[in-house]
Amino acid sequence: MKHILTMLVENRQGVLARIAGLFSGRGYNLESITVGVTTDPTVSRLTLACQGDDAVVEQIKKQLNRLVDVIKVYDLTSVASLHRELALVKVNAKPRGRGEIFQVAEVFGAKVMDVGTDSLTLEITGSAEKIDDITALLSPYGILELARSGTVAMERSRKAVVRAEGGA
Amino acid sequence: MKLSGAQLVIEALKAEKVDVLFGFPGGVVIPVFDVLYGEPSIRLVLTRHEQAAVHAADGYARSTGRPGVCLVTSGPGATNTVTGLATANYDSVPLVVLCGQVPRSMIGNDAFQEADIVGISRSVTKHNYLVTDRADLGRILREAFYLATHGRPGPVLVDMPKDVLLEVSEVSWPQTVSIRGYNPVYRGHALQIRKAAGLLSKARKPLVYIGGGVPIAGASEALRAVVEKLDAPSVASLMGIGALPSRHPRFLGMLGMHGTYAANMAVQNCDVLFAVGTRFDDRATGDLKKFAPGATVIHADIDPSSISRNVRVDVPIVGDARLILEDLLPHLTGPDAGEWVRQTEDWKRTHPLTEIPDNGSLSPTGVIRRICDAFPDAIIATEVGQNQMWTALYYGFREARTFLTSGGLGTMGYGFPAAIGAQLGNPGRRVIDIAGDGSIQMNIQELATAVSEGLPVIVAILDNGYLGMVRQWQEVFYQRHYSGTCLMRGPRCPRQCAEPGPQCPPYVPDFVKLAEAYGAVGLRIHKPGEVDGALREARAVTDRPVFLDFMVQREANVWPMVPAGAPIDEMMNA
Repeated sequence: MKHILTMLVENRQGVLARIAGLFSGRGYNLESITVGVTTDPTVSRLTLACQGDDAVVEQIKKQLNRLVDVIKVYDLTSVASLHRELALVKVNAKPRGRGEIFQVAEVFGAKVMDVGTDSLTLEITGSAEKIDDITALLSPYGILELARSGTVAMERSRKAVVRAEGGA
Repeated sequence: MKLSGAQLVIEALKAEKVDVLFGFPGGVVIPVFDVLYGEPSIRLVLTRHEQAAVHAADGYARSTGRPGVCLVTSGPGATNTVTGLATANYDSVPLVVLCGQVPRSMIGNDAFQEADIVGISRSVTKHNYLVTDRADLGRILREAFYLATHGRPGPVLVDMPKDVLLEVSEVSWPQTVSIRGYNPVYRGHALQIRKAAGLLSKARKPLVYIGGGVPIAGASEALRAVVEKLDAPSVASLMGIGALPSRHPRFLGMLGMHGTYAANMAVQNCDVLFAVGTRFDDRATGDLKKFAPGATVIHADIDPSSISRNVRVDVPIVGDARLILEDLLPHLTGPDAGEWVRQTEDWKRTHPLTEIPDNGSLSPTGVIRRICDAFPDAIIATEVGQNQMWTALYYGFREARTFLTSGGLGTMGYGFPAAIGAQLGNPGRRVIDIAGDGSIQMNIQELATAVSEGLPVIVAILDNGYLGMVRQWQEVFYQRHYSGTCLMRGPRCPRQCAEPGPQCPPYVPDFVKLAEAYGAVGLRIHKPGEVDGALREARAVTDRPVFLDFMVQREANVWPMVPAGAPIDEMMNA
């Protein structure tokens, strides 16, 4: 099953390589990874989506915790949490077919970021499933390019994650 | 006080009480070697290869318990350390490996002797650093020693660009080390310890499984107290050998692929298995699905990732082996396991280790027994293969930190440089490398180091003209197809040959002449009657290494043997 892990890590060079290398070196399945600095410039938050049964994910968490540059790991899979992904989709859109694409965009709350003579570019945020859905709906028109960010996530309650981000 | 980066490195080593530094110079680390010039408090040992420098530091660390330290140059100097780092990483050996690097402005430009050693060594070190700022150097060096020696020990590599080594600054190092992402747990959870004590005290068939974490944690005494209070039979992994004296009445020997009958039977039949400081390596467990099938498993280890990875664990205890055993002891009541003890004694009596008879030609196990008789208190290093397994089984180890062997990675060429490092760390003791004629050749250049440093390391080569362990597998599983394993093979040999004999080409090299060429002592031993005399002669040499070339039976095997992937009670025997 899919797990979303988010972690606070030292904002140092090579940290992403350590984590990515852990997954490739030990044969774990990494679906997406995103990283950005927190309010503390020495700390980054890294969120990753990975696949595996409970024993494998347990081992992934232990191995991540073993890394000296990883400060704290949270598994958001079974806690109330927000998961968001961002996607940019460039769709084939001749002037006559644009109306339908605008409708799809509206239904999904997507923003039109760019209109070209033959294409439209939409920005969508939401769960990975929502982005899967809209890309499926748009694919008959011809998706010229798709850029997805990978998941960022946060626990819903006010506890733990936010506090850790501030002080670490 | 203003110090260059290079001066700071040496000051930091002195502050860490480093007395021996294994090194090999090169362009970018000359500044550090320059500071070492004439330095009285650090003995610089020039190995003849950087891999050997790391193994020597490893042997020093395993035998003394203090971190081993190396200094090498960038590029090839750094890449040559990789096998040594991986060896130490697997076996949890505290090392600090300092590498020079090209100046910061040239990193990434494919400069001369540039290698991304931090990238290369990431998966074979506990942690590594590239020093990008002279102001960080002192802190990083302190953290490197701290990380190498705290929690589960391991090798730490520090990559130091030349311009950082040359930069002069006031900044030295912080007084304390604080790494927010590294907080190992030492004290076992009290509730888990009581749970474990309850299970062990009630067990009818308890078994203690000693791993390498026991000697590393200095937990031998605590372990012995627990074993004796429980009156529980005990087995050891390869890395756990020596924690309990091999003659201890409750010690059943090594478990696993080449484990003793009694040890493997005890694992498969116990009802409570108490594993301390072990990873449950596949060479120890065999088929995991059939491992210790009836046992409730208690597993104590300092590394949480070792727990429930290979073997399902009922009572996990994260912490330091010594502290856990000490905390456990007062909660134990001796169980009523007399019948079980008698059963294990029976296994021991009815299935003792098979001695390979001399038969006029030398028995390899006989040689090891005689070495043990002649040097009962030696520090023993081994290479990897038959020499290693025979040593584990037949040399009677008495104490922790006297058996230096590459367990996890299985690195041929480890033993000789490790013995050199151990000799430097233990000047008063005899250090013996029990080697095969194949693996000794993987770091044989270190004869020069041992001779130059005047180290009386004894190398006992069990010379059978084969890469013996692979040959044994070929004999047992591959219809004697001795492909690539005969070290006497030449162009005139038949295409397929499984018949060693007098027609074989001469052996290369002549180890006796080779030893003499380096200024060491070389002796060749053909007959059983010559063994004791040769060992006496070796003992008398105290200022240079001795090579003893024991011409052992060519096709002797290590028994018992469990085929890879089979359950450990499916033992094959001679």
